[in-house]
Amino acid sequence: MFFKKNFQIGVDIGSTAAKAIVLDEDGAILYKAVIPTGWSSVGAAKELREDMERSGIDVTETRVVATGYGRVSVPYASKTVTEISCHAQGVFRLLGRDCTVVDIGGQDTKVISLSNGRVAGFLMNDKCAAGTGRFLEIMANTLAVDLLGLFALAERGGGVTISAMCAVFAESEVIGLIGSGRAKEDIAFAICESIVTRVAALCGKQGRGREFFLSGGLYESEYLRKRLSERLQAPVTTDPLARWAGALGAAILAGRLD
Amino acid sequence: MHDIEALFEAMRNAIPAGPVKIKEAVDSGKKVVGCYCAFTPYEVIRAAGAIPVSLCSTSDKPIAAGEEHLPRNLCPLIKSSYGFALTDTCPYFHFCDMVIGETTCDGKKKMYELLDRLRPTHVMQLPQTYFGVDALNVWQAEIESLARKLETALGVTITEDDLSREIKRRNEERRVMEDFYELSKLNPPLLSGQELHLVNEFFKISFGDPRALDMIRELRTKLQENWEAGERRVSAGKQRIVVTGCPTGKSLEKVFSAIEENGGVIVAFENCGGIKPNYEMVNEALPPYEALAVKYLGIPCSCMSPNPKRLDLLETLVDEYKANGVVDIILQACHTYNVESFLVRERITAQGGKGVSYISVETDYSQNDVEQLSTRMGAFMEMIA
Repeated sequence: MFFKKNFQIGVDIGSTAAKAIVLDEDGAILYKAVIPTGWSSVGAAKELREDMERSGIDVTETRVVATGYGRVSVPYASKTVTEISCHAQGVFRLLGRDCTVVDIGGQDTKVISLSNGRVAGFLMNDKCAAGTGRFLEIMANTLAVDLLGLFALAERGGGVTISAMCAVFAESEVIGLIGSGRAKEDIAFAICESIVTRVAALCGKQGRGREFFLSGGLYESEYLRKRLSERLQAPVTTDPLARWAGALGAAILAGRLD
Repeated sequence: MHDIEALFEAMRNAIPAGPVKIKEAVDSGKKVVGCYCAFTPYEVIRAAGAIPVSLCSTSDKPIAAGEEHLPRNLCPLIKSSYGFALTDTCPYFHFCDMVIGETTCDGKKKMYELLDRLRPTHVMQLPQTYFGVDALNVWQAEIESLARKLETALGVTITEDDLSREIKRRNEERRVMEDFYELSKLNPPLLSGQELHLVNEFFKISFGDPRALDMIRELRTKLQENWEAGERRVSAGKQRIVVTGCPTGKSLEKVFSAIEENGGVIVAFENCGGIKPNYEMVNEALPPYEALAVKYLGIPCSCMSPNPKRLDLLETLVDEYKANGVVDIILQACHTYNVESFLVRERITAQGGKGVSYISVETDYSQNDVEQLSTRMGAFMEMIA
C-alpha cells in the first residue's frame, strides 16, 4: 500500500480517450493509464478510479484534478481545470521550456503558446469538426483503417487535395474520390494534408517561427509530425508521454491544491 | 437594504410584455416603425409621431424558415431577422407599418430586398466611412430623405422643432444608460454582466416611456445605496471582462454565462445593444439634420473602413472599467467583425504596454456549443488569473 497523502492525481477525460496519472511526493510518475472513453464519461472516470484502486491508490485520500471534455464527470475530483491550462503545465514539464503546444483532440484542436511555463494565449477551432481528431476518425473509418494506418497510407500517397473547410463536405469529397477509383494512399494523403493545412493556419494565428510540441494521442504519428513541421517551417517535437500531457498537467496542478 | 431582485424581476417581466404595449399603441392609432440596427435615427421616427421598435433578430427558432430563401452560410442575425418576418412570429414586425434598414453589410442589404415584399422596407444607404465631409453629406441627405419618406408614408410633417425636441429626449435616454453603466466601474461591479444585459434589453423595449427610464434610474440609486450599506452582489476577485463584437441578444447569453460561471464578470458591453451607440450624444447646438448625421455616422461599427474609433473606444473602456480581458463575440459569417478581430487583438494585447488578454469566439444562435464555450472561457479566465 502506498502512502497516499502527498500523491497528486490528474484525470483527463477526453472525448476519445480517458487518461490518468498519479505523481508521488517527488513528482515522479507512479502510475499511468489510458482507456477509451466510450459513450460515458462517468463510466470512464469510474473505470480509471477502480484501476487506480487496484494499484493501491486510494483516490478519496488524494488530491485529484480533473480535466478534459468530461472533467465534470469525475465525482472524486477536488477541482476541475480546463485542458488548455493542463496541457500547458504538462508539456512544460515534459519539454522543460516554452513552446507552442498543438493538441489535435477528438473534439477540439488547441494551439497554446507558453511563456515562462504559463499560458500566454490559445486558440481553438470554432464549432466545427474540420481540423480535429474527430475528422481524422471519420475519414479513417471511411477508408476502413485506424488512425495510424491512415498516416501510414498517406506517407505513400500524393497528388490529391480535398477541402479543408468542413468535415462533412470533406467526407463527401472522399467518397467521390473513392468512387472515381483513386488509390487509397492518395486519398489518405489528401486527408492528412487537409488537417495539416487547417492546424497550421491555427498555429499561424498564434505566431510562427518557434518550436511546436505535438501533444495528445496523435503524437505517435511520425508522419503527421514531419508534415506539420514542414508546413510550419519550425521544429515539431513530442514525447512518449505526450498522450498523458493533459493528465500530467492536472496532476501537477493537484499538487497546488490546499 | 432595498429589494433589488424585485426591480430586476419587474424588468424581466416587462420584456415579454413589450408587444402588448405596442399593440395598445397601435390600437390607439399610433404608427410603428421597425428597426434592426443602431444606425437608425430613432429621433426622426419619433419626430414623425411614430414609435421605433427593435425587431426580433436573435433567436435560433426562425432560422430554418429563413434558410428557405436565404443561403445557409449567412450570419444568423440576418437569417433570424428574415425568418421571423417570414413566419410572422415577431410581434413587433407584425405590428409595424414599415421597416427601416441600412446597407451595413452585403447580407443585410440583399435580405432587405426580399423583406420589402413582406413589409415596405426603406433602406438607408450608409457610407462605409466616417471620415470626410462627402460621407457626412451623403448620410445627412439619407436622413433627410428618410424624413420625407416617413412624412409621405405616415401622412405627417416633421419640423426642425420636432427633431430638436426628440434629439433632447433621446440624449436624455442615452445619459440614463451612460450613468447606469458607471456602476460597473466600481470594484467589484455593482451588478453582474448578465444583470447588466437584462437592463440593456429592458431599455430596448422601453419605447421612450419615462416610467421605464425612471425604473432604470431607481435601480441605479438603489444599487448604489445598497453598495454603500455594504452589499456586494458580485464577489471580489473576479476577472473583469469587456465584451465586444457582433450585436448581442438572447441567444448569446450562453457566452455571458460561460464568462460569469468560470470566474469572470462582464463590466461593459461595447456592442450595439450597449455602449457603442450610446456613448456619443447628438450635438444639440448643431442644426438637427447635421447633428444627427454626425452622431449616427460616427458609430464605430465594423462595417466602417477603417474603423479606428472602435479600437479607441475599447482601449478607453478597458482603462476606465479596469478590465483584465476582452471577449470578442463573432457571429458565424460576419466577415467585418471577424476580419477586424485581428486588429482588435493586436491593439488590446499591446495597448502601449498596458495590454490585457483577448479572446475571440465564433458562434451562432444554436445552443449546442455551450460546453465548448465554457471550456474556452474557463481557460481564458485561468490564463488571466
